[in-house]
Amino acid sequence: MTVLSLPTLLSRRSSYRLRRVMVETGSAVLGVVLLIWSLFPIYNMFLIALDPEEGEIEFAGNLWTPEPSLDGFLDVITQRARYLEDFWRQFGNSIFIGLLTMVLTVLIGSLVGFAVSRLRLTRARLLTDLALLTYMIPASFLIVPYYRIMHAYGLTDNLWSVIAAQVTFATPFAILILQLYANLIPLELDDAARVDGASPIHMYLRIYLPVMVPALAVVAIYALLLAWNDYLYQAVLLSLKNMTVSMTQGQLFADVDAEWNAMMAAAIIYVLPPIALLFALRRYVAASLTMVSAGV
Amino acid sequence: MSTEQLVGTGLPASVKSPRRPPGRGQLRRLELRWGLAFVAPYAAVFLFFFAYPFVYALWMAAKPSLYADLIADPRYLSTVINTLVFVGFGVNVKMFLALLLSGFFLRRRWWIKALLAVYVLPWLIAAAQACISFHWMLQQQGLIDGLLSGMFDIDGPIWLNDRWMAVAANIVAYIWKWMPFWTVIFLAARMTIPRNIYDSAEIDGANGIRCFVHITFPVLANLYLVCTLLSTLWTLGDFTTVFIVSGGGPSGYSDVLATLGFHYAFDTARPGLGVAAVMSALPVLIPVVILLMRRFQTREVRI
Repeated sequence: MTVLSLPTLLSRRSSYRLRRVMVETGSAVLGVVLLIWSLFPIYNMFLIALDPEEGEIEFAGNLWTPEPSLDGFLDVITQRARYLEDFWRQFGNSIFIGLLTMVLTVLIGSLVGFAVSRLRLTRARLLTDLALLTYMIPASFLIVPYYRIMHAYGLTDNLWSVIAAQVTFATPFAILILQLYANLIPLELDDAARVDGASPIHMYLRIYLPVMVPALAVVAIYALLLAWNDYLYQAVLLSLKNMTVSMTQGQLFADVDAEWNAMMAAAIIYVLPPIALLFALRRYVAASLTMVSAGV
Repeated sequence: MSTEQLVGTGLPASVKSPRRPPGRGQLRRLELRWGLAFVAPYAAVFLFFFAYPFVYALWMAAKPSLYADLIADPRYLSTVINTLVFVGFGVNVKMFLALLLSGFFLRRRWWIKALLAVYVLPWLIAAAQACISFHWMLQQQGLIDGLLSGMFDIDGPIWLNDRWMAVAANIVAYIWKWMPFWTVIFLAARMTIPRNIYDSAEIDGANGIRCFVHITFPVLANLYLVCTLLSTLWTLGDFTTVFIVSGGGPSGYSDVLATLGFHYAFDTARPGLGVAAVMSALPVLIPVVILLMRRFQTREVRI
């Protein structure tokens, strides 16, 4: 180690301190920018939702509503707003689609994931490639033939037609995530079970599923959000009788006189379930994302 | 006695040489049968809800005259350009910023952790709802105009009345919605890089940029590529953002292929033309998917 004279040591220390101050200021500025960026459109949602005016929305360039009121939210909860007379049923439909998409994606995806990575199949890789082939065509590109086929299957205006589409497009990503995660789990675990004479169904239930819980949590959230984000399939396949929350919002572009404060309030309520789910599963998500991304 | 029972009891009683456990070939065959059973539900979903619609789409889009109609429509050409701009910026700006920001969120400060919770909110907000907020924000006297007149005393233009302004609004809304998702993916990947590598690099005198170029990027390169390819496919198929934020306006000049196909199929009642419009993206989609499959199986850099 070289011996430094006092002045150089001091100047080095001050330059170090200067750098630290700069880094801290920089991250503080970046933090504020990110905060504004993330919250600005959400703030706008609240701005409209808390507007006391009913009927046609009058933008007056306000940065804050002069008299914020919860009328919009009340109208949604009591189902008084136009288009939202059936809000809780629409909400129920959305939940039904979301939950079933989630459960079926986890189930079907984990079955394939288990077969691909835990059974000694020779052509396992081909299977994942086939699943990835689904992404050759984005979901929105298939809406016209899909609509016609649902007609042929007798599933028009049926929530199951939407669920089937969501599961179809959620499962390939689920298989990828599960496969990447499973690669990190030693196969010896299975071999031990095989020696004990466990059948594959036992290995799936007793070893694979418990070990894969973190990855399954990620898949569940991914599938729920896919169904939650969907607008196109619900708008095309379902009629006004079977509306979901996602659909109601788009309907309104045709109607300038809609109660937009109530609509925005409904949108804010609609946002809550995925947030709750992510919050509930956050530990698993953090654990498995770290492992999965290490595997790519 | 079936092989299933043999393995199930672990007692190969009636096999010719009783001492030998079931051979590997036998086990293989058994596992193959199980494997088929496990894969069957997905195979059914794939066939009925993907393969069949896909073949149907190819059949609908097979008529050459449809493509002549497409090329004759000036709206198709402008849509192709919009799609390229939307995907090009929507994917690359988002991914690059996500990569950089993941480094910021790696810092161990309580307020950065709290900020991350706020930052992922856009990802959790349903697409249609988020896009409606952007749509209203850009109306006359909306929040943006209000800010402009409040802070700088200028009147904003009619934002969505200009083609490129509308395309830009779509891109910003799309980035806002999806950047948090990819940031979290990159953040997770960065967390797997051992801290002591950076420490020793710092002792050797490497600064932040050199650490990024020589450590972080090589480790994340394959993941970055895979994510970019996946995001390209998803962005190309994004319908909601353009349909709601700009509504394709002004008069269809900010449409992308997904919304133009929808317009042809449902507004002008020409489903064949709508399918042909989106299927014209296949020459781009197929190589991306092949590259993605290849990349997924390779692992180049490991620490």
